[in-house]
Amino acid sequence: MTPDYAGLFFALRPESLLVLGALAALGLDLSVLRGRAAGQRLGCALAIGSLAVLLAGLLTWTGPRGPVFGGVLVLDTLALGTRLGVLGLTLLTLGIARGGKVPSQPAEYVAMMLFAAVGLLLMAAVQQLLLGFLALELASLSLYVLAGFDRTRPEAAEAALKYFLFGTMAAAFLLFGFSLVYGLTGSIELPQIAARLSGPVPSPMLLVAIAMILVAFGFKSAAAPFHLWAPDVYQGAPAPSAALIASASKLAGFALFSRLLWPGFGAAAGQARSFAGGPGWLPAVAAVAAASLLLGNLAALAQSNLRRLLAYSAIAHAGALLLGVMAAGQAGFAPLFYYAATYGLATVGAFGVIAALEREGRCEDIADLAGLHRRSPLLAGCLGVFILSLAGIPPLAGFFGKLAVFAAAFRMGGPAAWLAVLAIALSAVALYYYLIVLKEAWVAAPTAGARPVAVSRVTAFTLVVAAGLIVGFGLEPALLLGRF
Amino acid sequence: MSLLPWTIFVSLAGALLAWAAGRRSARAARWTALVVTAGAWALTLLAATRFVPGPRLQTLVDLPWIPAMGIRCHLAVDGISLTLLVLTGLAATAAVLFSWNIRERAGEFFALLLTLVAGVYGVFLSADALLFFVFYEIAIVPKYFLIATWGSTNREYGAMKLALYSFAGSAMVLAGLLWVYAGGDGHGFGFAELAQTAAGLPRHQQIFVFALVFFGFATLAGIFPLHTWAPTGHVAAPTGASMLLAGVVMKLGAYGCLRVALPLSAVGFAFWQPTIAWLAVIGIVYAGLVALMQDDLKFVIGYSSVSHMGFVLLGLAAANAQGFSGAVLQMFSHGVIAGLLFAVVGRMIYDRTHTRRLSDLRALPLRRLLPFAAAVFVIAGIASMGLPGFSGFPAELTILIGAWKAAPVWAAIAALGVLVAAAFTLRAIQLAFFGSAPAPAGGTGAGAPAIHLEPITLAEKAGALLLIGATVLIGLKPDLLLDWINPALQSPLLQSVMKGGRP
Repeated sequence: MTPDYAGLFFALRPESLLVLGALAALGLDLSVLRGRAAGQRLGCALAIGSLAVLLAGLLTWTGPRGPVFGGVLVLDTLALGTRLGVLGLTLLTLGIARGGKVPSQPAEYVAMMLFAAVGLLLMAAVQQLLLGFLALELASLSLYVLAGFDRTRPEAAEAALKYFLFGTMAAAFLLFGFSLVYGLTGSIELPQIAARLSGPVPSPMLLVAIAMILVAFGFKSAAAPFHLWAPDVYQGAPAPSAALIASASKLAGFALFSRLLWPGFGAAAGQARSFAGGPGWLPAVAAVAAASLLLGNLAALAQSNLRRLLAYSAIAHAGALLLGVMAAGQAGFAPLFYYAATYGLATVGAFGVIAALEREGRCEDIADLAGLHRRSPLLAGCLGVFILSLAGIPPLAGFFGKLAVFAAAFRMGGPAAWLAVLAIALSAVALYYYLIVLKEAWVAAPTAGARPVAVSRVTAFTLVVAAGLIVGFGLEPALLLGRF
Repeated sequence: MSLLPWTIFVSLAGALLAWAAGRRSARAARWTALVVTAGAWALTLLAATRFVPGPRLQTLVDLPWIPAMGIRCHLAVDGISLTLLVLTGLAATAAVLFSWNIRERAGEFFALLLTLVAGVYGVFLSADALLFFVFYEIAIVPKYFLIATWGSTNREYGAMKLALYSFAGSAMVLAGLLWVYAGGDGHGFGFAELAQTAAGLPRHQQIFVFALVFFGFATLAGIFPLHTWAPTGHVAAPTGASMLLAGVVMKLGAYGCLRVALPLSAVGFAFWQPTIAWLAVIGIVYAGLVALMQDDLKFVIGYSSVSHMGFVLLGLAAANAQGFSGAVLQMFSHGVIAGLLFAVVGRMIYDRTHTRRLSDLRALPLRRLLPFAAAVFVIAGIASMGLPGFSGFPAELTILIGAWKAAPVWAAIAALGVLVAAAFTLRAIQLAFFGSAPAPAGGTGAGAPAIHLEPITLAEKAGALLLIGATVLIGLKPDLLLDWINPALQSPLLQSVMKGGRP
């Protein structure tokens, strides 16, 4: 094959633009804005970053479709949706970063976010193991830095270190798994791997390889038992970093791994209906999903820290998303994508509220939300939309994500259907801890001396947009579901 | 387009308006809420005058909503839903009138109340099971905040218990509906479609799915032993909310049983019918006996609600024409009477005396202090006992006839429940209003302090008269509603339930 560098460049214009944006933000900060107030530098860097993301979104929307560079990348519906989703969630993250605590090096902070977004964009479209690994690592390394960006807090250092150690371990597993796959099939291109696997039953070594890949997947999606980093990172990282880790990174991770699992290793999935017959990876994913659902929902009940509660709720949602991955072979990627994207919206929003509150005072425990309806009706209202969407209350988008995923799982039948029953039963448990959060925000009276919260206009706008999107996608789910 | 779908939109828009008005003053919020609820009620009445009873659901709106899953935005009405729509309008208007004294965060209170009402209207109008479910959940969430914020006694516990029970019930419903939808390779959530799909499932699955959906809905209707949320929730709720809870929200559960669960699977129903009937009968008697033992007047009413809803469930379990029409009539009747009772206890008595304990109330000369409240409570009590001339009589009588036809022993025990109901109602009337109060001019040595209670307001009088008027009207002329309900029972789905699955 003759490498088509022009085509590659053309297809990767969004990525290039983000890198340029990051460099521009850094350069401007070093030259013109040197010595200015940190708030001003942050505003400038965010403006450049947002502009780059917006343009990248436009270029993604109007850009080419189909395979790129001989099939190393593919810009199909899943890739396109995920890339737009990643860009949208990054934009929202930049928006909430405006109203949060100002980091000591604002331009570097924004640049790291953009670099992470580049990695995530590539993850969404990649169809080759090697580039997939590189994209994942680019995103992960940027996210490690973002997690520990607030050097004044020891929790941030702990978060970053924990995230890094778990992440590199997972990356090692992933690389080992990939090398085994290469050894077995002689290729790193997903379509060729799929073609080799569709023949006679492959060696058991393939299952070992896939198991290793699943470890990395479990880490990326914060699924039990690979979730141990999540509560600490959610707690220690600056709120916008946590938002990016919890939303865009998750969306891209699910796109990458479900592309690996279904189009790549679909032949080794095992029997979907009964799990009988040949061994496959479906039972392993089912076990991880069940563990995540149970552990996430039950452990969340015991949390008093708001961020840790969101982390355990994220673990529970990872379980439901894995259910979507299992069902994707039969139902397509639409339910999974809808769930992951709208979950990302709600999570960014929730962290945005936390960020805005942190600027004014503390927002650690759920009790710190007390009287939010007095202190800032806007934040209380938006938080209500985000939390109720996470809880899966119609007509918000979170409900329809669950509905689509569970319906697909029921269609699959067998253990997947039972997992869906488990997930639905646990959603009643989940309502308890979500209502506890909202009780503080909406019902409880403010503590003595609590002052009204001033929300920056950009953040307020961002939160209203996120809430509006959740309501909009809820009232008209076909906007997303109908595109696949 | 017909008028009825506007009830949903008007209520939702009214919720926003009331919230905005509440930022100006509580007065503006309550007037907005009153205008909106009365307006929506007027819409239902206007639609009722043009309504031509018939066996089929009359489609009002039918648009594709989520084509990928075959979910439609399908609103339709028949005599059964029209009865309940009129009830919703009435109960909501009365609830606003009895919330006239809400001052703290009034805008938010009425906004949540109207959102709840919009959800209730939506449920009664839905003809697609998933749309039904969406509205059902919209009605559940505001209840938590209404109770937790404006409630009394143990409000956070009561609110959370109620929310979790309701949500657990709706989770069961969702699981069951999805099971049928996917298991039979269904293409949509229309009631008839679901029933058809369910018929293709194996027998044991049909039984399981029916149980999920029926008992999920029945939780909200207060079926024994899943009723325990009802008394605590009702007691903790502010007056307007407990009127709506007992008045219409519990009916959502019963309506869901009738509209969605029963037609779902004849095999499943045949299997569970005796269990449901016995649970209903036990609920009637057990809740009645518990009500007899309560010291908190609101708990008496709360348990009496469970007891009366047991009649509705018994009517459904009887699965014949009398059972069903009696059940729907009882839903209406109980909605009105329970609202009235909660209004007297919560608003007229508790907000003035700040006690609901019968032992305290009997020491007060309430009969003389609040003659209007006493009169209303006696009337409501008589209606609640099921005396002729009030709506409870034709409703419970029809149910008992239906139950007798199905199995005489059910009717016999339920009739015992009627006696228990008379006992606890009379006890409550006696202790609360005709207790051992000192004579007015007697000047007993104890030197009873001169108690001054603020007089009954105009809003309360208007609300009480509305509800009394409704129960008397239906008591004297139940045909007004039965003429709507009975033709609707001829619908193919309900006929197949009554004939045990044979078309």
